[in-house]
Amino acid sequence: MAETKAPVERPLSPHLFIYRPMLTMVMSIVHRITGAALYFGTLLVAWWLLAAASSPKAYAGIGSFMNSFFGRLILFGYTWALIHHMLGGIRHLIWDTGRGFAPHEREGLSLATAIGSIGLTPLIWIVGYFVMGGAR
Amino acid sequence: MTAGSKLRTPLASVRGLGSARSGTDHFWRQRLTAVANVPLTIAFVVIVVSLLGRNHAAVVQILGSPLVAIVMLLFIGSVTYHMRIGMQVIIEDYVHDEMRKLVLVMLNTFFAVAVALASAYAILKLSFGV
Repeated sequence: MAETKAPVERPLSPHLFIYRPMLTMVMSIVHRITGAALYFGTLLVAWWLLAAASSPKAYAGIGSFMNSFFGRLILFGYTWALIHHMLGGIRHLIWDTGRGFAPHEREGLSLATAIGSIGLTPLIWIVGYFVMGGAR
Repeated sequence: MTAGSKLRTPLASVRGLGSARSGTDHFWRQRLTAVANVPLTIAFVVIVVSLLGRNHAAVVQILGSPLVAIVMLLFIGSVTYHMRIGMQVIIEDYVHDEMRKLVLVMLNTFFAVAVALASAYAILKLSFGV
């Protein structure tokens, strides 16, 4: 018999996109993305500190950028990324101790990260606007 | 395998070795800086919020005051160390070309050190008023 059989459909190792997105998985991805964003966000912190250390003019320069719509948008995103990554980090530290791995626990911890960051970010900004309005 | 090497724990055999040639060092330091980052980040947010809307002279005075400056220096140090390890993990996960990986891991360290030094320089300049 010369004919060869058609190649057998071998099972492939499943990749990310084959899974239904789960909260823990999404939170893990977001943790990495916010970490990478914060990495580049440190440039803003360095710029802010250097501007303050340089001159009133340089400080006014970063101030006008941060007060623009685009600047505020970046800052808002930075605030959320910072809080999200911090809460996600605390979740990972809890997991590092071997606790919180039961299905409802890991779901709850992941949900707390999302709700916590979405709740705390506007709260920080509301406090920020009060400070801006009051302490001038 | 000799009888002696079987007595070594799995942890002992990866210490100082592993694919990154650094064993569990990065894992540990990532956690160490993560723990430090929690109170330091909260302090950083409080400092930034309290400085909103203030003029340059007031900002210089507050950022340069000993307690705020020391907290900011600790924040910068811990955060840049933490982010350097984190970004190295990301690079090692996604970049498989050995040469490109090596270059990116180096650039990652340069970036983290540059941000840390620039920020620390600014804080010290604000503190000492030169």
